[in-house]
Amino acid sequence: MLEIKDLHASVAGQDILKGLNLSVKAGEVHAIMGPNGSGKSTLTNVLSGRDGYQITGGQALLDGHDVSELDPEQRAHAGMFLAFQYPVEIPGVSNLEFLKASLEATRKAQGKEPWDAVTLLKKARETCKQVDLDPQFLKRGVNEGFSGGEKKRNEIMQMLLLEPRLALLDETDSGLDIDALQVVARGVNSLRSPDRAIVLVTHYQRLLDYIVPDHVHVLAGGRILKSGGKELALELEQKGYGWLTDQEDAPA
Amino acid sequence: MTSQAELDKLIRGDYAAGFISAIESDTLPPGLNEDVIRFISAKKGEPAWLLDWRLEAYKKWLSMPLPTWAHLDHPPLDFDEVSYYSAPKSMADRPQSLDEVDPELLRTYEKLGIPLHEQEMLAGVAVDAVFDSVSVGTTFKAKLLEAGVIFCSISEAVHEYPDLIKPYLGSVVPQGDNFYAALNSAVFSDGSFVYIPKGVRCPMELSTYFRINEAKTGQFERTLIVADEGSYVSYLEGCTAPMRDENQLHAAVVELVALPGAQIKYSTVQNWYPGDENGKGGIYNFVTKRGVAHDNAKISWTQVETGSAITWKYPSVILRGDNAVGEFYSVALTRHMQQADTGTKMIHLGKNTTSTIISKGISAGRSSNTYRGLVRISPRAENARNFTQCDSLLLGDTCGAHTFPYIESRNPSAMIEHEATTSKVSDDQLFLCRNRGIDPEKAVSMIVNGFCKEVFKELPMEFAVEAGKLLEVSLEGAVG
Ligand SMILES: Nc1ncnc2c1ncn2[C@@H]1O[C@H](COP(=O)(O)OP(=O)(O)OP(=O)(O)O)[C@@H](O)[C@H]1O
Ligand SMILES: [Mg+2]
Repeated sequence: MLEIKDLHASVAGQDILKGLNLSVKAGEVHAIMGPNGSGKSTLTNVLSGRDGYQITGGQALLDGHDVSELDPEQRAHAGMFLAFQYPVEIPGVSNLEFLKASLEATRKAQGKEPWDAVTLLKKARETCKQVDLDPQFLKRGVNEGFSGGEKKRNEIMQMLLLEPRLALLDETDSGLDIDALQVVARGVNSLRSPDRAIVLVTHYQRLLDYIVPDHVHVLAGGRILKSGGKELALELEQKGYGWLTDQEDAPA
Repeated sequence: MTSQAELDKLIRGDYAAGFISAIESDTLPPGLNEDVIRFISAKKGEPAWLLDWRLEAYKKWLSMPLPTWAHLDHPPLDFDEVSYYSAPKSMADRPQSLDEVDPELLRTYEKLGIPLHEQEMLAGVAVDAVFDSVSVGTTFKAKLLEAGVIFCSISEAVHEYPDLIKPYLGSVVPQGDNFYAALNSAVFSDGSFVYIPKGVRCPMELSTYFRINEAKTGQFERTLIVADEGSYVSYLEGCTAPMRDENQLHAAVVELVALPGAQIKYSTVQNWYPGDENGKGGIYNFVTKRGVAHDNAKISWTQVETGSAITWKYPSVILRGDNAVGEFYSVALTRHMQQADTGTKMIHLGKNTTSTIISKGISAGRSSNTYRGLVRISPRAENARNFTQCDSLLLGDTCGAHTFPYIESRNPSAMIEHEATTSKVSDDQLFLCRNRGIDPEKAVSMIVNGFCKEVFKELPMEFAVEAGKLLEVSLEGAVG
């Protein structure tokens, strides 16, 4: 589904990704871990087509198509979704209005039948409940004055309604209390299916107790330094990243 | 006989004879002098007092310099190039069908979902005037009459209700108030008059739309609304579709009188031609709007301004009575080379008077958007309160937003709060929308609509929906 080959990318003239390889197949869940500033968010932003993130070498293929040929909204229509590490507020635009615009555009592009207002409201309410968000939040401005955890749950709520084929979750677990973590994990797990894939960026093994990954990768210095199964996360939890990055820095 | 010849005749002083033939003519050559005013007044069969009133205004205007304090930049206006009277174009001179109308204009109508017969009306197509709302119009008039509400053209009111016109005309905006108001007082073409009797709640929203056929009022429009004690009226001015108009200069005057306990809600959507992206063409709109609120009365101005090349407009409230309330809610959107200098004045004279100002300015392209507001608390206005919030939103970095909030408080018990913000549609907001599948144009219009929400919620329901759509259309091409 997602094939990243020797990807180089820069932000503000600074090289951040330096030859990253990653292959994600339908049905899989991948976890990406790594030190602060190593380029994890950069990777999700590059994949989603954010302005200012330049691909300088290599490529990322979604279903065999080079993503750089698509506008951000076209990537969304192709089934890609990014749950933001820091969801931004849009004052005055209600969550429901936002969902309506989002679902209308996306479902139309995907050739799915549109939802009428009643269906939309019903589904939105149900999904709010699924992530333990009061349906009153549908009336509030997008993320406007939401707590950190509420913003994250709001992202998951939108994800569940949009049913992406490739979900990129950037530190969705950070800022969540223990109960919310389980709620979010349940939401993400409900999306798991043989034709979807999920990439989780996280710092904590704990999330991976709830969303068990098929693969775990360590991203450092703009590259995947090590990949393994779910036990790699446990190992990282104990040892930190030093043993990996030292190895990297060591003269050959 | 040509109108030039008629005018020459007039100027020569051959009034009696000159008038008769002049009155049959339809358009005056450009230029302004006393005879032109006499001509206009005679054409309308006005009583002597009104002609004198106009002439007095003209004398004042002659002595007034053109105001230059606004944050506006335009070539000097030549008032001798304007024709001060022209009858509506004859059917033969107007487009005969929509096929003859600018397709760009029609495309906009389409987007706004304007029905075909209304499109024809707005585009000035020569359609039979009885086509639409004669029946609507009459049932509507009957209903108003039953409630004792008067809603007619100001020319008609001069004849039918002189006792209501005489004491109030110019009572809020005097003839010599400012340059443009003086000009309007001298040459006003027509406009609307509304009277709501004591204790009456006007049974429907009054809209100039209902009078659109008769309301070809031209560029010097004058409106007077008198709400008698304890009455209520909501008045809608304009429509959301762009109006086809050949006139470059507009100088309107609106006067509101809210007698004790009365409430007037005045909503405007102004979408005149703004000129093209290089600043060619477009309406110059210089408007004086003001209301007087007596004891316990309330006046609310709500405006959505997206049109005109130049907007110079400060709907104001004089809070004359105790406990009077004044409100101003404004959205002003400028794009291309548009310039807007708009805001309000809240003049607190009475005790316990309260005013609220919410202004939202949106600038795109190479436009300039200025908020200019004055809050004045007079020495005897005990416990006056004002809350002002001025927000500017910039789309791109070639446009400008300015705020000039003036506060003059001469009573220490006053409580004045002022908040101002300037923001940009952030890349982060845009990216969030796009990541959720929303295209950038739709995203910007949604974000801008959200920014304006506090003002839109003050508009009557269907107006608010249209205003939202209007913003969307106006913002097309503003991103990218
Ligand atoms: N707009 C930008 N301008 C300059 N530098 C940037 C910009 N965006 C990211 N960077 C830099 O790129 C590097 C990688 O940042 P990124 O956000 O991808 O890290 P991360 O792995 O997600 O870290 P964290 O775990 O803290 O979220 C950092 O050094 C960061 O400062
Ligand atoms: Mg990050």
